[in-house]
Amino acid sequence: MALSGIEIFKMLPRTNCGDCGVPTCLAFAMNLAGGKAELAACPHVSEEAKEKLVDMAAPPMRTVAIGTGEREVKIGGETVLFRHEKRFENPSAIAVLISDTMDQGEVDERLKKLEELTYDRVGVTLRADMVALRADSGDASKFKALVEHVTEKSEVALLLCAADAGVLEAGASVCAERKPLLYAATAENVDEVAELALKHKCPVAAKGKNLDETAELAKKLTAAGLKDIVLDSGVRSMHEALRDQVGIRRAALVAKIKELGYPTIVIPSEMTDDPAHEALMASVFMAKYASILVLSDLEPAHLFPLLVGRLNIYTDPQRPLATTEGIYPLGNPDESSPVMVTSNFSLTYFVLSGEIENSRVPSWLLVKDTEGLSVLTAWAGGKFSGDLIGLFVKKCGIAEKVNHRKLIIPGYLAPESGALEDELPDWQIIIGPREAANVPAFLKRWPFE
Amino acid sequence: MGVEIPKTSYSGAIRQISFGSANKVTMGGANSFPFHVFEGEMPNPPRIAMEVYDHPPEDWPEAALAPFKDVVDDPVKWAGKCIEEYGAEIICLQLKGLDPNGKDDPVEDAVATASRVAEAVEVPLIVWGCGNDEKDAEALKAICEACEGRGLMVGPVTENNYSRVGAAAIAYQHVVAAMTPIDINLAKQLNILLGNLGVPDDRIVIDPNSAALGYGIEYTYSVMERIRMAALLQEDERLAFPIICNMAREVWKVKEVGIPQQEDPKLGDPEERGIMMEAMTASLLLNAGADLLIMRHPEAIKRTRKLISDMMG
Ligand code: SF4
Repeated sequence: MALSGIEIFKMLPRTNCGDCGVPTCLAFAMNLAGGKAELAACPHVSEEAKEKLVDMAAPPMRTVAIGTGEREVKIGGETVLFRHEKRFENPSAIAVLISDTMDQGEVDERLKKLEELTYDRVGVTLRADMVALRADSGDASKFKALVEHVTEKSEVALLLCAADAGVLEAGASVCAERKPLLYAATAENVDEVAELALKHKCPVAAKGKNLDETAELAKKLTAAGLKDIVLDSGVRSMHEALRDQVGIRRAALVAKIKELGYPTIVIPSEMTDDPAHEALMASVFMAKYASILVLSDLEPAHLFPLLVGRLNIYTDPQRPLATTEGIYPLGNPDESSPVMVTSNFSLTYFVLSGEIENSRVPSWLLVKDTEGLSVLTAWAGGKFSGDLIGLFVKKCGIAEKVNHRKLIIPGYLAPESGALEDELPDWQIIIGPREAANVPAFLKRWPFE
Repeated sequence: MGVEIPKTSYSGAIRQISFGSANKVTMGGANSFPFHVFEGEMPNPPRIAMEVYDHPPEDWPEAALAPFKDVVDDPVKWAGKCIEEYGAEIICLQLKGLDPNGKDDPVEDAVATASRVAEAVEVPLIVWGCGNDEKDAEALKAICEACEGRGLMVGPVTENNYSRVGAAAIAYQHVVAAMTPIDINLAKQLNILLGNLGVPDDRIVIDPNSAALGYGIEYTYSVMERIRMAALLQEDERLAFPIICNMAREVWKVKEVGIPQQEDPKLGDPEERGIMMEAMTASLLLNAGADLLIMRHPEAIKRTRKLISDMMG
């Protein structure tokens, strides 16, 4: 939350000594508020004021990083309850469970799935993000061996789960530099786990029996000097977990309750034994505020829909996804296949390309950059006019790919056909349907002799 | 000591809407956000209607067709199977054949089909047109008349045909599903127009135009959330209607739903994938505020029912 210059000024020494490089405390405060100065530049500010300022300037929900390098996962940092208000910041990280009671074949199979199950959609790569290594054996050396094995084989961000601080330590000691999330500090072990997290500089989860106890634990962890905290409200029924996820988000953002101003973890795999039901629950918590979701396994037919849903929900509502400008061959078109042009609003592209594929008429789809706007909006804004489309058709190179000169334009662009004919004298401009749903019937009439 | 979680203070509530005849169903009535039962009431958990079509589907993936293979040539048998075998509590008859760009069925055929189904089943019935405003106006008007006393829900009613369909719905006492293209202001505007026409407030539901997972569901999701917020927090009574989502037809035409496993093994079993795409679309729409979902695959429906009951607690 941004502080105003005046709020900051009140906490400065107000001596106007100039040591910070500007002549007055007020000027310095203004610079601070505008992000043009660092608090450290003032040597005279009291420790108390410093702490207060840092505290006041802290965002209502902390962003926590787990893992390192390319596979680092950032969670939290959310600023709204509803995505239309502002973009959801960090998509729920999806973790797959690996237990230290699984045989090595099973462990490696899961790691392999984690690496292989990636999907490309609108230029974005979708995949699961983490592994949750769980100490079910109760044997510290077994857990340690699993952690060693996984860290050797994979760069992925880790979640270490053990109820016993000693077992957790055995795991943490061999992968601390990878910044695993330690799961979890509970009422029984909070002091030891806090110490462990401090020693290894790792993020840590607080898991109470309910929201109150979880908040208490988070408070203790903060008092111990820890900042990177993740909350598990401890409940394991769907409606209670939903209540707590909404509660934590509201507590953080609306009531600014510090001990709940952290990302959350939800474990649908501990709520049901049915993998399909688990995946469905995960889809709810993906939209309703879980920062980490732990799944019992990675079933491709469940993972793909979940990742696509996550992509949708975490899309910036102010900046819709855009498709890259270019020529899209749909269904192996050849030199006699129809050519259609449309905008690069990704939804337009999706729906239209889907309908073209449904038609089973192989086609060339020209996607013109309209700054992510739909056909009508782009046209109304002057970004999809006949001359611009003409220029694009000339430079995109479609003329070399087809032996005909027929260009199908969206029905809504009918008023532009004259301008297009002027710009593209060799081409016959054909006015297509207004709605994508009518494209299959329309394409059946190709080549419009 | 406990933490004090801020509660939302709701000042509005969604209207309760019933339809059906011998066998009625009631939707809406919530006075809090979806499944926020810890701070409000949801007297009628969301409902699921099973869809049947006027003609055998030509473009469905095998997974969607399989459960209905033996009944697709007769909407009455199809509806019967949905009710008896899959426990459907509402049927939605999709009159796709009306489409002038498709089969272009004469209106009389559609009326005959709707009447046959309306007579054969006892559960509440939704009759859905083809999306062509003109053709739908004619057909839905005639169906409203033919099915007097059956308490149908008819849709989609749009800004271009609301007066014709609306008048028939008033005369023969049916509920209308008012469809607008993913836009809260247009949704409100159409509800105002329907109100001015004389459609009673207990006979309107909102169709925000549902998109599927991966195909723009985020737009539907946010528009539904905004509609709910306007109704519950700002007491916008022209938006305080239950929401219907005609979603299955969108889901099963998503590109990745139809891809065979051999073509892309990473997508997994196509049947399970399609079911999950449908159930997850339902899950997101439910959490955005859907009161009535039109669904297709029996397994997706079963899972969605379980999810609803879990979320209700
Ligand atoms: S150094 Fe500190 S005390 Fe001196 S002018 Fe700058 S802000 Fe004020």
